Amino acid sequence: MHPTDEIILSLDKINKSYDDRIVLHEISLDVKKGEVVVVIGPSGCGKSTLLRCINGLEPIQNGRIRLNDQTITDVGTDWTKVRQHIGMVFQSYDLFPHMTVIENILLGPIKAQKRSKKEVEAQAELLLERVGLLDRKTAYPRQLSGGQKQRVAIIRALCMNPDIMLFDEVTASLDPEMVREVLDVMLQLAKSGMTMIIVTHEMAFAKAVADRVLFMDNGYIVESGKPEEFFNAPQTQRAKKFLNQFKFSENREDEA
Amino acid sequence: MLDTGIKVLFEGNNITRLLDGLWVTTRIALISVILSVFFGTIIGIGWSSRFRIIHVFARFYLEIMRIMPILVLLFLFYFGLTRIAHINLNAEMASIIVFTLWGTAEMSDLVRGALTSLPKHQKESGLALGLKSFDIYFYILVPQAIRRLLPATINLTTRIIKSTSLVVLIGVVELLKVGQQIIETASLLRNQTAAFWVYAVIFLLYFIICYPISQLSFHLEKKWQS
Amino acid sequence: MTLFLSVSNQMDLINEGTILIGMDYLFFAKYAPLYYEGALLALNIAAISVILSIMVGLCCACIHYYKVPLLKPSVSIYIELSRNTPLLVQLFFLYFGLPKMGIRFESESCAIIALTFLGGSYMSEAFRSGLESIGKLQLESGLSIGLNKIQLMRYVVLPQAFAIALPAIGANIIFLIKETSMLSVVALEDPMFVAKDLIGMNSDTKEALLLLVVTYIVMILPLSLILTFIEKKVRHAGYGH
Ligand SMILES: Nc1ncnc2c1ncn2[C@@H]1O[C@H](COP(=O)(O)OP(=O)(O)O)[C@@H](O)[C@H]1O
Ligand SMILES: [Mg+2]
Repeated sequence: MHPTDEIILSLDKINKSYDDRIVLHEISLDVKKGEVVVVIGPSGCGKSTLLRCINGLEPIQNGRIRLNDQTITDVGTDWTKVRQHIGMVFQSYDLFPHMTVIENILLGPIKAQKRSKKEVEAQAELLLERVGLLDRKTAYPRQLSGGQKQRVAIIRALCMNPDIMLFDEVTASLDPEMVREVLDVMLQLAKSGMTMIIVTHEMAFAKAVADRVLFMDNGYIVESGKPEEFFNAPQTQRAKKFLNQFKFSENREDEA
Repeated sequence: MLDTGIKVLFEGNNITRLLDGLWVTTRIALISVILSVFFGTIIGIGWSSRFRIIHVFARFYLEIMRIMPILVLLFLFYFGLTRIAHINLNAEMASIIVFTLWGTAEMSDLVRGALTSLPKHQKESGLALGLKSFDIYFYILVPQAIRRLLPATINLTTRIIKSTSLVVLIGVVELLKVGQQIIETASLLRNQTAAFWVYAVIFLLYFIICYPISQLSFHLEKKWQS
Repeated sequence: MTLFLSVSNQMDLINEGTILIGMDYLFFAKYAPLYYEGALLALNIAAISVILSIMVGLCCACIHYYKVPLLKPSVSIYIELSRNTPLLVQLFFLYFGLPKMGIRFESESCAIIALTFLGGSYMSEAFRSGLESIGKLQLESGLSIGLNKIQLMRYVVLPQAFAIALPAIGANIIFLIKETSMLSVVALEDPMFVAKDLIGMNSDTKEALLLLVVTYIVMILPLSLILTFIEKKVRHAGYGH
């Protein structure tokens, strides 16, 4: 499914700093409904911070963020409400350890969104089935593998029926053999038309899933373009250098 | 009312009497701590060894000491030894015995904990560096064990100091007893509020002694945590 | 004092039953009920103090956790005062010192206040370490599914913090029960008081002490065993990852 023209999320020159250190410089970005934006860049360049600002885990100093035509960076924004429209999955496993898989999934929809348990549970089961985890419904997080935990975390966010999903290096702390199962779920999700911003270091996956690639460095968006263009012919020196690192390691693996 | 009451502290040699009482308290605590560290370390090392019989014995001993209130132990030893076994023993000696027995139990548990929690790979990396096992013990394991032990041992010291206040109940003339004596004299002289001031001062004296020690333990623990 | 009288009335009767392996078995039958009542009194006061301590501790821990201005320093001062002074001195001050300034408490209130003053700070430390062990990521993932602050506390933080604090809470409960052994100084007739009275009459010290030890074993051992069990269980459940 191709992105529509309707803009769902819009960042307008946002600035973010910790103390005096500026970590995001005048970031502007429009995300269309159904679009998949992949953000790449060296570690420490501000990718996580960008996602965290979008769902209000970090306050910004300047600029404006709009979600569904509503400005969400005004003072007095009810972030609790806003976050119900934004799904987020973190790098480390962030399931609640004292709850089963299904309890983890139901908590937000039932307590925050006040939806009926029956309806949400049916939805949750459908999604669990789709990612092959229905039989783990009553397991505790400690009984799951890393890849399974991340799939549950994705479903937990999905069950809130968000308008947009944010993924922050969700495969970075997985054992290599589990990366694939999580990326497959995200790929499926992208195909189904979900609007997504994905931070990742998996270049092949980025190429396959992205409608648009953003390259960040040092708090700036340095480059932005279609995946084929970006990966085949990066415009800037910095992007070339960054991509070269991956080529190098790929070649090394070939040699070995 | 206020001024007549507080005056009692500065009458005669009351202050020095209180400090003498405090010294009795700290003396009991100090001797007990030193003995506890000594015996506790020995038992703790034995406990971390492979001998099952020591495990059973040490565990049993620790549990008894943990279940019985200190005051019960004091009664048990003081009245038990003097009245039942007819051993001539003054109350201060009985107190030192009890605090040492209790402190030894707690200390041995700390030592065991510190020794058994030392990671095995430390020993292996020491071997890999070509150190002899003696060197490994003295340059790698012991310093680490001490770092783990010292804060908790200091903490145990404050617990023993606080518990020494109990010895007044078996008749040792220490801080609280001296306080009571001062209050009695004062009330003969119609000083009504003496009790308030004397107990307030005793409260503060304990605080002044224990607070720096617990702070030391806290800071050492924080510093050596990583 | 009633105790003393009743004991002296029965004196001759006890002496007749004496001596079988040096123990006076009639003595046990006679005085076990006194210890039993003493134990009930002590447990009763301990129970009230434990409940109050948990409430005080939870409040203090939350004040600390949310860094409430003004209240946080007061809580710190309270905790340091409470942890660095002996219960016995606290009791003397409350029971003998304060009345001279016109503030008077009943024996039982005195005991409960002192035990709560002591226990509150210990419980606070237990809860605090529980709360602090809940990582930032847990809070953020709670927020990111749209929970508000209260829901976050109720469904994410407290259940985990409580499970982590449970062994420490249990240890504090045992600690408080043991500390009730000092209540006789405020004229409460706990097991210690009974023993003191019997020993004071200079007869049957052996039996009085034996009953005292048995009383405390019965009061504390079951709890101690339950605690060990819970501790093992919590550890094996392996909260976290
Ligand atoms: N809580 C924080 N306080 C101060 N500096 C921070 C904080 N979080 C992140 N930073 C800094 O902000 C920069 C961007 O971090 P981050 O967004 O995590 O980078 P990325 O996700 O791209 O690796 C880094 O230099 C990091 O050191
Ligand atoms: Mg990051």
